Amino acid sequence: MATLHSRASARLMLSPAVLLLLAWMIIPLCLTVYFSFLRYNLLMPGEEAFTGWSNYYFFITDPSFKDAIINTLTLLGGVLLITVAGGILFALLLDQPMWGQGIVRIMVIAPFFVMPTVSALVWKNMFMNPVNGVFAHIATGLGLQPYDFLSQIPWASIIWIVSWQWLPFATLILLTALQSLDQEQLEAAEMDGASWFNRFWFIMLPHLSRAITVVILIQTIFLLSVFAEILVTTNGGPGTATTNLTYLIYVQSLLQYDVGAGSAGGVIAIILANIVAIFLMRMIGKNLDA
Amino acid sequence: MARAISNKRKAINTMAAWSLGLLIFFPILWIAILSFKTEIDAIKGPLDVLSATWTLESYSAVQERSDYLKHFTNSVIISLGSTLLGLLIAIPAAWAMAFVPARRTKDVLMWMLSTKMLPPVGVLIPIYLIFRDTGLLDTRIGLVLVLMLINLPIIIWMLYTYFREIPGEILEAARMDGASLGKEVLYVLTPMAIPGMASTVLLNIILSWNEAFWTLNLTAAKAAPLTAFIASYSSPEGLFYAKLSAASIMAIAPILIMGWFSQKQLVRGLTFGAVK
Amino acid sequence: MSIKRTLLGMAITAATLTALAASASAEELTIATVNNADMIIMQKLSPEWEQKTGNKLNWVVLEENVLRQRVTTDIATKGGSFDVVTIGAYETPIWGEKGWLNTLNDLGDGYDYPDIFEPVRNGLSVKDNLYAVPFYAESSFTFYRKDLFEKAGIEVGKDQITYDQFAEMVAKLHDPDNGIYGTCQRGKAGWGENMAFIGPMVNAFGGRWFDMDWQPQLTSEPWKKAINYYVDLLTQYGPPGAPANGHNENRALFADGKCATWIDATSAAGYIYNPKDSRVADKTGFFQAPKEVTDKGTGWFWAWALAIPSSSTKVDAAKDFLKWATSKEYIAMVGEKEGWVAAPPGTRASTYANPKYQEAAPFADTVKNAILATNPADPTLEKVPYTGVQFVAIPEFQGIGNYVGQQISAALAGQQSVDQALENAQQFAVREMTKAGYIK
Repeated sequence: MATLHSRASARLMLSPAVLLLLAWMIIPLCLTVYFSFLRYNLLMPGEEAFTGWSNYYFFITDPSFKDAIINTLTLLGGVLLITVAGGILFALLLDQPMWGQGIVRIMVIAPFFVMPTVSALVWKNMFMNPVNGVFAHIATGLGLQPYDFLSQIPWASIIWIVSWQWLPFATLILLTALQSLDQEQLEAAEMDGASWFNRFWFIMLPHLSRAITVVILIQTIFLLSVFAEILVTTNGGPGTATTNLTYLIYVQSLLQYDVGAGSAGGVIAIILANIVAIFLMRMIGKNLDA
Repeated sequence: MARAISNKRKAINTMAAWSLGLLIFFPILWIAILSFKTEIDAIKGPLDVLSATWTLESYSAVQERSDYLKHFTNSVIISLGSTLLGLLIAIPAAWAMAFVPARRTKDVLMWMLSTKMLPPVGVLIPIYLIFRDTGLLDTRIGLVLVLMLINLPIIIWMLYTYFREIPGEILEAARMDGASLGKEVLYVLTPMAIPGMASTVLLNIILSWNEAFWTLNLTAAKAAPLTAFIASYSSPEGLFYAKLSAASIMAIAPILIMGWFSQKQLVRGLTFGAVK
Repeated sequence: MSIKRTLLGMAITAATLTALAASASAEELTIATVNNADMIIMQKLSPEWEQKTGNKLNWVVLEENVLRQRVTTDIATKGGSFDVVTIGAYETPIWGEKGWLNTLNDLGDGYDYPDIFEPVRNGLSVKDNLYAVPFYAESSFTFYRKDLFEKAGIEVGKDQITYDQFAEMVAKLHDPDNGIYGTCQRGKAGWGENMAFIGPMVNAFGGRWFDMDWQPQLTSEPWKKAINYYVDLLTQYGPPGAPANGHNENRALFADGKCATWIDATSAAGYIYNPKDSRVADKTGFFQAPKEVTDKGTGWFWAWALAIPSSSTKVDAAKDFLKWATSKEYIAMVGEKEGWVAAPPGTRASTYANPKYQEAAPFADTVKNAILATNPADPTLEKVPYTGVQFVAIPEFQGIGNYVGQQISAALAGQQSVDQALENAQQFAVREMTKAGYIK
């Protein structure tokens, strides 16, 4: 009785959120799917016509499409690798006894609060600029040729900028997890003569696995749609070197005003996101007993 | 049982951690320094910059060009509004999923998260048309709604992981005592979940404050928050490092300070239940 | 007859009353503009207009690309967010023809339309209807450092030089060890960035975007020669980071004394000659942009103009603002308050006839001649079906221009060969033109 009652009220309580999200998802999604079958250029209103699959055809055969997919995935992989590996290292370091740990924490967490636009602007101009940037000044000071990061290694530069924003997040979650580790267990292992590496591999890492999963999941959600950093620094170039799927859709629908092709790209991006989501769900299923 | 740590080792740790922390923090520190320099000095080498005279002229130049207070107020209203509205909708949902789990709860949760993966650029035109027809363009209400919706999955998920840690027996006991559902949520659940809700609120304020696509594209003048303010400094107009630095500091300082003061609560919540 | 007259009289009275009522009630206008120096001055001076009329302005100041996207989205969807928008010579005729802009033929006698340079007026009109009023207009020419030229023993003659001669000069001037780069040119991808420089250069080499059947010509011999020249020139004698430098970046470099030559907008002269902003104000000279096989279309034409979207509901107040911001009086006010060298250039004959301006701006006549010499209707050696010197006035051009710009930028960064870049560009252009129905 009670369960029945509470189950009904649970459904009632859940429904506003579900309905809102459904509306938020379904309405634009339906419109997007609808537009993706239209010849619809924003600059030519009144000339919309049904074109079948041609928007999809043109989007997939777009010379930038392959690069965009590859870039989207390498950005995801690259940033995850840097932030998780770096985060574990930093967390291990910060977990050691030291003076002024509070201040170090404050410094490490700061980039997480910075707007993506601002951090991209700052890295691009004040640091990576090959004439007036800090790196260029240091290079010339050492008698070296300044390196032009954003045109020579554009994608790596962007991966770096994005990693800088997410490293604090990973570090702090992993640090919190590490601090919750049972010290006695570690000490017992040490007594038994386990090397540091063994202690790390067999005790700490398994303990961190859930936290790592959370880091990966949260970051993936945000990393699939990285956009501001690219718009501000490289505009997707040189060539298509820094065009990811989100940026390609932006180019199609808001620079070329081809809403039809942009919508087709949107549908493809949603499919990709769902593939990644299913992949993640498998992972979460093991690690998070949700 | 605590091991004795030699001071030497502690000193090495301190050195390493501090240099690492400074390295990560350096870009922010650097723009803070540049913002108090003249434009001519700001493009010099690091050592010359440090020895140059300090000035407030960039801040006054920025203030003269754009109405900082207006953008700041909009940012505050939009991020607070969307967070509170989100909380209002998310608490019942998270409660339901945590205490009355159904077979599909996990799927619903993952589905909610997947709505966050929808690329905003792909749906701008449909949303723009809807906003135009409902008169929501360039209104704070419109932005509150949109930001609430894009962050709702995260809010629900965070609250869900929190609620799940609250032992069911306590709720049972309250129910035995004849508490209604509303009272149960209000007097039993909420106080226990306050730390979790605090960190949820903090994270959402940060995410809304920094959201730069919708806030830029759905506003013109009246509802434009700080992300739009910074967009007018994004391309160099002659020498611009000092002004860009000043504008950046003005845009990030409020959230940075809030974040620093609340970092303990924030970090605890960010673990999404991964740390028990 | 008398009834008619009475009615007419009543109508006129009513109209006057409405006009009075309109001017009496304060309006709030939202104005979108680009973050150029001239626009920032306008923003600074606009309280004068606000006080005079009692109206209020809400400013949306954005970086050029963001502005263009933001404004286009709003106007094309008739969102009505803006009452006054800043648009360029490319958008104005296209949008005007679609009825997205209010006509501006009736700003009154005091506005003195004939004073506006003819190419500028034509560039902003469709079939004798003016759709935007010019805030400033520009062509392109070569900035050079007089001191460095003297040191290298290079004479600047009166005749238009060729790009080959230009390259020889640049080679002599290049001195990176002392922080001087032979030439700074736009490398940042975008139809309004690198393609604005490359377009006129390709014209000089005898190339064109499309033939009379709208077939893209990007792999033709002139394009190959021009782009190879461009990439070689900048890789050998350009500053580091050239693929990321746009107009603003190059202007900062030139003003900082790092470039010996720079071919770019005439409107930047006010900045370069202003000792407040520039370290080379007294060392800079100028000559025409080079030619090669032809001198047709070697200087571009561009104007930033103010327009009123047809979705605006405050047309009268907006018109009043436009009239104020592009009037002779406004230009004089900038001259008095900010110095004549900063006065908005390129729009009105009266500015160039003003002795104060001529004195402050030694480049005045060269700029005027460059602008009067442009002819967007006949820009190339061979005939073309389009108008526009550095752009093609069709809606599809933005997309194509951006893509071609990206490809050339990648070639400049050394990530692909010039041939490869042009091959990709050609394929893309053919695709887009097919998709849009130009090529059957």
